[in-house]
Amino acid sequence: MNEKKPHIENVAPEKEEAGSFRLIMTLTLAGLFSGILLSTTYVVTEPVIKANKEAALREAIYVVLPGCVEIQWVWEENGVLVEGDQPPEKAESWIYKGVDQNGNLVGYALPGEGAGFQDQIVLIVGYKPENDKVIGFQVLDSRETPGLGDKIFKDKAFIANFNNLNTDPSVEIVKKGAKTKDNEVEGITGATISSKAVVKIVQESLNQWKPLLLKQAKENE
Amino acid sequence: MNSDETSEGRNVLLKGLWKENPVLVAVLGMCPALAVTNSAINALAMGLASLFVLMSSSFLVSLFRNLIPKQVRITAYIVIIATFVTIVDFLLAAYSPVIHKELGAFIALIVVNCLILGRQEAFASKNRPGMALLDALGMGLGFTGALLAIGVIREILGSGSLFGIDLFGANFEPWVIMVLPPGGFFTLGFLLLGINWFTQRSIKEKENHG
Repeated sequence: MNEKKPHIENVAPEKEEAGSFRLIMTLTLAGLFSGILLSTTYVVTEPVIKANKEAALREAIYVVLPGCVEIQWVWEENGVLVEGDQPPEKAESWIYKGVDQNGNLVGYALPGEGAGFQDQIVLIVGYKPENDKVIGFQVLDSRETPGLGDKIFKDKAFIANFNNLNTDPSVEIVKKGAKTKDNEVEGITGATISSKAVVKIVQESLNQWKPLLLKQAKENE
Repeated sequence: MNSDETSEGRNVLLKGLWKENPVLVAVLGMCPALAVTNSAINALAMGLASLFVLMSSSFLVSLFRNLIPKQVRITAYIVIIATFVTIVDFLLAAYSPVIHKELGAFIALIVVNCLILGRQEAFASKNRPGMALLDALGMGLGFTGALLAIGVIREILGSGSLFGIDLFGANFEPWVIMVLPPGGFFTLGFLLLGINWFTQRSIKEKENHG
């Protein structure tokens, strides 16, 4: 069999040295065909990939805003919140407003991201300005350690922390079993950094959007 | 096809499965074998993705083996391999987003899997496309099988489940270390130990019998 003596064949002197023109042509052609194949695959798969991401986001919004059936985009313009049924063109960040089937406000879904233990954690929380509480939580993207850090989205007890979590004055992290107040989140044993990162990201999104949402709620009263 | 060719083809196909198994005997492709085998489904997906890349690349390399000048052969192999890896990456992202998310950067890293480049250099560039395909199929299946074995062991012990199905109920305390990186080394080490012990024993038995 050939592979038993690979070197003999490899180091054997070339019968004809290929000129540089042939070398360049070979690689140019290889690159050309590779490019054609890749752009074809990209064109075919790109809409599906985009649709997958949108579907995952929509699903997550329905989870963090229980009972919500319709989503609207909300963003900031000159210090006030503006609504629309399309993602905004000008604003860099936006949140989602969830409405139930009777047209009542369920809450707002606030996306957030920040550094976790290994990589960015991207998450979304449901927030209800009416009683100033977080009502749902979901991790959209993370690469935390399997078995430890990935409990931020696998551990049901940890996720349950974000059900009716008071955000006044702020969300705090405490050790597992040490929860005494309704604005505290119990961390995960063995995943301290990941669970702290999650709470920090949630608090940062709240810092950005809560004042605007509360101001708007007051004006509407 | 005469009987000589048939038996040669069978040998080419079968050697990758056991005698020259890329992971368990040749110890190639260790990065994915250790990194993404924390569950059976991840191991299977990585194995099949590598199998697809290996077969497509081997076929093309073998087809163009007389056209690619020796000086640029490695570059040409890499271009071919990288193309198929990127195609797999797109396809998984589009049609199996969950697995794509789990495997993460390791899909792109199939490009540098020495098993794939090794088969191009050692076999596909010197044999007819049919043989190259058989070789790639055997090696790819051997790789998939070995990864799956590691993945099954790690998932059962480390998560108490198999393909996501809970096996032992709530009373089982998972050995978390098995799904962490050290668990990969432990499992691979014990598998290599077992296989070497088995092969050594059968060699000794053969010697004793004659």
